[in-house]
Parts: sequence; structure tokens; C-alpha cells
Amino acid sequence: MKAVTWRGVNEIGVEDVPEPTILNDHDMIVEVGLSATCGSDLHLMGGYIPAMRAGDVLGHEFMGTVAAVGPGVTKHRVGDRVVVVSFTSCGHCWYCRQELYSLCDNGNPNPGITEALWGQSIGGCFGYSHALGGWAGSHAPYIRVPYADQGAFTVPADVSDERALFASDAAPTGWTGAHQAGVGPGDVVAVWGGGGVGQMAARAAMIMGAEQVVVIDRYENRLDQVRTQIGAETLDYEQDDVPAALREITGGRGPDVCIEAVGMEAHSPGPQYLYDQAKQQLRLQTDRPTAVREAIYACRKGGSVFTLGVFAGLVDKFPLGAVMNKALTLRGAQQHGHRYVPEILERMSRGEVRTEHLATHVMSLDDGPAGYRMFKEKEDGCVRAVFHPHD
Amino acid sequence: MTSTRADGAVAVGERVVRRVRSALDPMTTAPPSSARSDPGWLAVTVLPDVDLETLPPPLTDLGDEVEVRVRPAAGGKGTELRARLRDGGSAGPVRRLSGTDREARLRAALREAKQVIEVGEVLRVDPAPHGERPSTPAGLLLEAWTRAAPRGGVR
Ligand SMILES: NC(=O)c1ccc[n+]([C@@H]2O[C@H](COP(=O)([O-])OP(=O)(O)OC[C@H]3O[C@@H](n4cnc5c(N)ncnc54)[C@H](O)[C@@H]3O)[C@@H](O)[C@H]2O)c1
Ligand SMILES: [Zn+2]
Ligand SMILES: [Zn+2]
Repeated sequence: MKAVTWRGVNEIGVEDVPEPTILNDHDMIVEVGLSATCGSDLHLMGGYIPAMRAGDVLGHEFMGTVAAVGPGVTKHRVGDRVVVVSFTSCGHCWYCRQELYSLCDNGNPNPGITEALWGQSIGGCFGYSHALGGWAGSHAPYIRVPYADQGAFTVPADVSDERALFASDAAPTGWTGAHQAGVGPGDVVAVWGGGGVGQMAARAAMIMGAEQVVVIDRYENRLDQVRTQIGAETLDYEQDDVPAALREITGGRGPDVCIEAVGMEAHSPGPQYLYDQAKQQLRLQTDRPTAVREAIYACRKGGSVFTLGVFAGLVDKFPLGAVMNKALTLRGAQQHGHRYVPEILERMSRGEVRTEHLATHVMSLDDGPAGYRMFKEKEDGCVRAVFHPHD
Repeated sequence: MTSTRADGAVAVGERVVRRVRSALDPMTTAPPSSARSDPGWLAVTVLPDVDLETLPPPLTDLGDEVEVRVRPAAGGKGTELRARLRDGGSAGPVRRLSGTDREARLRAALREAKQVIEVGEVLRVDPAPHGERPSTPAGLLLEAWTRAAPRGGVR
């Protein structure tokens, strides 16, 4: 079958790969209906997450139809329309029972790699390097889904494919950030990054009762989506002094909750950008933490900062003094989607969560390299390139 | 003087804790603090209660080569499953992380036993569909690390 693959740093290919088969009793095979690009893929593309091997199939945000089920699957049948969480989690270990699914002890068959990096291993993720399990990704006509009863959810009949797709990754990531950062009624919430993840974090914060939500980015088309599709306010960091504007909005206090949805390749208008980029390219730091630094400075005393953006290793010039002296709570997480998807699908069905506007460019697998280029360079207002494998 | 009294109180406290701990751990008479500083033990925590009679094959296959102990984990986090090679000895961090130490097989067996106990089967990833893999040095190195990753670890 045809698949979009990682061939090397900034090199995406389309090639023939074998079809997946059922290997475990709890597996199923899903015929992929739609499969999206995600900001996380850009970190793989740029070589910032080094455990990619040429030929690895990309893609972790997808939905489709059940094509085959293993003997241990009880929740799904052939023909079910499902959306699948990007993380592979067993549902039975202590972390899964705490509903911290991305921390699953069992979902990563290669635990030695992340143990070496971080001291402990976390769960696995489709199409996301050998460090997170070596699972083949979803930019292909078929994908094997382990722990199918845990990670796959039936899509309500009145939710379109284009909407359900983002219940796989972008939306539950936003829910993870807003919920685990402790957003509650009356909060003022600032979100760095107006991509799919930032937009969903803003929507989740609104649903959780935030009084005011502000999203920060520099791309006008993304900020326009935030205002019209999400209903949150916006700041353009190339035009506004972000910390000053946030102080003004909050009567001098700063936001109660700051959610960072940018990640390790953050852009910055100042000279510090060149410094961070040079250090990252010389491997003196692995990640550029511009937005995290700004979130920490902007946050109110005693407030909460959450890193949803992906970081792989070490950062430089980290304002630990502000974290300590302002008594901030700093947390991060990969998404705990299994916990939030049922609620998200219900809200999608009621029209409270709309996501189809994120799929700005829908194309065939043959257009994989072009889709990734457009997404990376934000060409033609691309917010997410989405592949349709059966075209 | 005060400090002596305080030290005495700590010592009594420790004895009590040790007695409680060793009562919880039916396989040992030695205080667990010495087991912890003993380098040979590898451990995983499994969620349901397990006992030594119901351990699954990935561990029991190693037979008399290994010594296994169980004890309840703190705070209801399940059961701590500990094992060590009888003719012990722990390698340095590089050999442990690369899964080339003598304990590598035991490390993998503990992880697999945990999966059998918690999920009922051992998760497999290979063969995963993939495209052409050129034999570059970096690619081969990553493949070797990936092959070792189920057996390698911080402990
Ligand atoms: N935690 C998780 O489980 C999880 C899941 C999915 C994605 N992610 C991560 O979330 C991040 C965002 O993902 P996405 O798909 O929305 O990516 P994206 O690339 O579409 O969006 C990132 C946005 O951040 C903006 N940005 C860059 N520098 C900025 C700065 N200094 N201040 C404010 N905005 C800035 C960019 O202009 C862009 O619009 C990525 O790091 C991705 O890896 C995490
Ligand atoms: Zn993602
Ligand atoms: Zn688990």
C-alpha cells in the first residue's frame, strides 16, 4: 500500500509499504478515512526528535472505519466509524487507572530509549519515532491499532469525518492542557500558538468556564480563525508587546493560566531568536523555549503555566527564578486523550466544538511532500494539511 | 543531649518501620533498606495484587537463575515485583542502558510479566509497515538501539 514516510531531515516521501496485520489479541486494523499533519510532525521533520529511521510511516491524528478486529476486542466491530487517540495506552496500568493515559507503563515496546532520555518511559504514539514505540503512522490506507478497546471511539452519526478527525489529537490535547492546568470559572487564560492545538486549548478553556481567553500568534489567518471559529480574543506578537497587553487586559495581574501550544521550534522577533537557534543547531540546547519563557514572565503570581508544546530535551535560559519567586505551578503533558474524547465527541455532536476549519488543505497521499511543505511554511494559509488515503 | 534523645527516637522509629516492612514482605527477614542498597534487584510495580504462586511465564521461564520477591507498593499503587540474578552483580549505566548487561534478559522478563499480569498479553510492534531503509551509519545505530530498547533501562 502507499504511505507518506519520513526519508530524512526535511525530506518527506511517498512509497510502497506492506499492509499491517493483527499481531496482538487487542488489535484492530482501521481503514483510514482522514489523516492529518500535526505541529509535532514538524519537530520530526526538522530532525529535532532524532529517533526516526528512513522509511518510517508518518501520521498520528486519524479517523476511519474498522476493517478487522483481533479476538480480544469487545467494543468495536468491522464497519464501525471510529476516531483513534494518537497515544497507545493499555488502560490497565496504574497510570491509565489514574486517567493519565499518555504516561502508560505498557504502551511503548521500546521503553529503554525514553528511560535513557528522561529517567522513565511514557506511552507510545503512532508514527512518532522509535523512542515512542516505533508504531507505523496513519498516512496510509490501513493502520494497526493496538489496545483498540481503549484508544478507538465510535463517532456519533451526526459528526462529520472532518470534525471527528481532530478528536484524535488536537482537541484532546487542548482539553488536557486546559483541564490539567486547572482552568476554572472566572479565569483569564492566555494561549501561545494559534495552530490546531492552541485553538482547541482556547475552546476547552472557554467550555471550562474561563471568563476571558486570549490567543497569541503572528499569522493573521490563524488569529482570524481564533476570533471567528473559536470565539476567543487575539494578540499578534509582532505588533503587540504581549506581556504588557496581557497586564493591561488583567488589570495589572497577569493571566491566571498560561498555556503554551508552540513547542520546541518557537519563533521570536528579537535577537534572542538567533541565539536560541544557533545554540539549537550546535546541539548546545535541543529545544527553543521562547514561548514558555514569555508565558512564565506574563503569568500572574501563584498562577499556572502549562506546556502543551512538545519539548524533547534541554532548554537554555530557563527563568526558574520567576517560577520559584512567583510561586507558579508549571506542568506539561502529552495528551491524555482517552479521558477526554467521549466528552469531546458529545460536544462535537451538539455543535459546541467545531474543528473542520482546521483542515484547510485536503489532498491525496501522493501530495504528502507538498502537504508537509505547505504546513511547515504556512503557505496559502495552511493550518493543517489532511490526507485522504483512498482517493 | 537533646540530639541524642532525638537520635534515639529516630532509631526506635526505624526499627518499627523495619518490622512493619518485613512483615509485609514474607520472603525476607532482612530489613528492606539493605535490600534497596543491594545493587542486584530490578523492580516493576504491577497494579493488581499478585503473589509468588501466580507469576507468569516471562519470569518463571528464568527458573532458578533468579530470585523473586513481592510486596505491596505504598499508597495502593499495586504490588512491587522485584527480581535479581542469583549470581548477581550489576553492570555500569552504559551497559544497562544499551541492554548489553547480564541482567538484560531479566529486565525484559519483568516488563513482559507486568504486561501479562496487567493486560493479558505482551505488546508486539514488529513487523511494522515501513518503506525503504538505506544502510546509513546513523540508521543502523538507531536500529540497534531500538532492538536493545526492550532489554535496556536505567536499572
Ligand atoms: N502535548 C501533546 O500531546 C501534543 C499533541 C499535539 C501537538 N503538540 C504540540 O503542540 C504544539 C503546537 O501544535 P500545532 O499542531 O498547533 O502546531 P502548529 O505548528 O500548527 O502551530 C504552532 C503555532 O505557534 C506559533 N508560534 C511560533 N512561535 C510563537 C511564539 N513565540 N509565540 C506565540 N506563537 C508562536 C506559530 O506561528 C504557529 O501558528 C507543537 O509543539 C506540537 O508538537 C502536543
Ligand atoms: Zn499531534
Ligand atoms: Zn497503561
